Amino acid sequence: MSNLVELVINGLSLGSIYALIALGFVVIFKATEVVNFAHGSMLMLGAYVIAATHGRIGFPAAVAAGLATAATVGLLIDRLLVSRLRRRSHTALAIVTIGVDIVLGAELARRVGTEVLNMGDPWLDHTWRVAGFTFPVSRLAAIAVALVLIVAFAALVRYTDWGVAMRAAAEDAEAASLMGIRLGRVSMVAWVVAGVLAAVAGLFLATFPSPGLSATASTTALRAFPAVVVGGMDSLSGAVVGGLVIGLAETLAAGYSEQLLFLGRGLGDVAPYAVMIAVLLWRPTGLFGTRELSRV
Amino acid sequence: MLEIRQLSVRYGRAVQALRGVSLAVPAGGVVAVLGSNGAGKTTLLRAVSGTLPLHRGSIDAGDVTFDGARLARRDPADIVAAGVVGVPEGRRVFGRLTVDENLRAGAIGARDRRSRTAARERVYATFPRLAERRDQRARLLSGGEQQMLAIARGLMAGPRLLLLDEPSLGLAPRVVTQVADVVRQISAQGTSVLLVEQNAAMALAVSDHAYVLALGRVALERPSAELAGSAEMRRVYLGEAAWNEHEATPTEREASGTERRPA
Repeated sequence: MSNLVELVINGLSLGSIYALIALGFVVIFKATEVVNFAHGSMLMLGAYVIAATHGRIGFPAAVAAGLATAATVGLLIDRLLVSRLRRRSHTALAIVTIGVDIVLGAELARRVGTEVLNMGDPWLDHTWRVAGFTFPVSRLAAIAVALVLIVAFAALVRYTDWGVAMRAAAEDAEAASLMGIRLGRVSMVAWVVAGVLAAVAGLFLATFPSPGLSATASTTALRAFPAVVVGGMDSLSGAVVGGLVIGLAETLAAGYSEQLLFLGRGLGDVAPYAVMIAVLLWRPTGLFGTRELSRV
Repeated sequence: MLEIRQLSVRYGRAVQALRGVSLAVPAGGVVAVLGSNGAGKTTLLRAVSGTLPLHRGSIDAGDVTFDGARLARRDPADIVAAGVVGVPEGRRVFGRLTVDENLRAGAIGARDRRSRTAARERVYATFPRLAERRDQRARLLSGGEQQMLAIARGLMAGPRLLLLDEPSLGLAPRVVTQVADVVRQISAQGTSVLLVEQNAAMALAVSDHAYVLALGRVALERPSAELAGSAEMRRVYLGEAAWNEHEATPTEREASGTERRPA
């Protein structure tokens, strides 16, 4: 029983990190209809900058630098590539993001090499014991930070001009531009916000119980893709729900792998995709999605 | 106010949608553009509102000016800021946004907050039904209410010229009358209107001046009162011309073709 409670908390923590990745992915898709395959590298870049600079400038400043770098890369992708190719096909743009991912990912992997970089975070491997349960502090921090960011993001989407413009443009880009909504600006903010969310997720993916940032971090980030699909490509609340579902599924399957041994080993890695396939069979557009995936 | 001179528009490389169209909307006037499907009416509005690139269209000759400033080939948002707002065909309200959020989206082109609040109050006064339903999602409104919302949304940016694309499309006759009343009200409040319609009776009733487009050219241009019920109008607009042309010999067709060019 204590095992279950701890697994659920860990699952929610992992899920909230996936939710941050998925939110960034979905907001880009909603605002520009581009499937961003460079999301994993944006995440890893943010985490790498934190890992590389915290020794000199301290953890808080390093986090600020990591977020700023990931946001800048998002901005550059939007200004240099997306805004120029927007009127061509979205498929072409998706392929361009694969190119960006390869270039950025290869350089980061080269820099990290075989090392496992320490993030310099204040939580280390501390745990918090309460009522017989043991929780890693870094996991609780991840939940708290993700919660704050998700609420802030929801408020941004719901109440600001940009949020109204983004939702309007997502429904009908032509009608939105007739209203004087600048589609380029909507897209730019989406990429910057997605960069920030990805960098935060990158930080928490590399803190305890993970040993640190290794060259494979961007592939770990790909696990958020089932979260996006489960929630629905164009649904922000779906991204959050999908993230939590996938995080829980992965953690529980890994935690009970002893009991589930008859299904084979490494079940934690398989669970997200199994859940994704099950959801797609039931609802082809995801739990909350409205758009068919045919654009991809 | 709005001046369109010898405008030619094409989509891609092949489709020539407009050929040398000239048209003027005077300050405070209501001008109607009539014509059958494919005549180029919507293309004309797209050229004014700057949304041609969204349809892979481009202006290849001619000019569009608004109070002397060039609109052709400018960004849609700049054109809204200049005071020209379009209401697209088929309503196109943001269905998942509430009525209030739709109006807010319409006001994003207007800069300062005070004019936004004023615009919202003015719009709710003009459309009391929308005020009642301000927190409802737009897709739950009836067709007529959605058309009113689409027009109201267009008014939020405080336009000096409103472009209306087939506001009567798919609406019940009683609602068409309401739309006509709204067009008169907008005009009375000092906003000029360029109205594209297939419903000729309605369009001629609310406008001062009318143009008939056929195959991307201005086929006819008259004061609306003169055009209503005229035999010429029936001939060009209701397709009698096309029918006769079909029957006519090549030389006759050529002759009637030159006759239909604007003076």
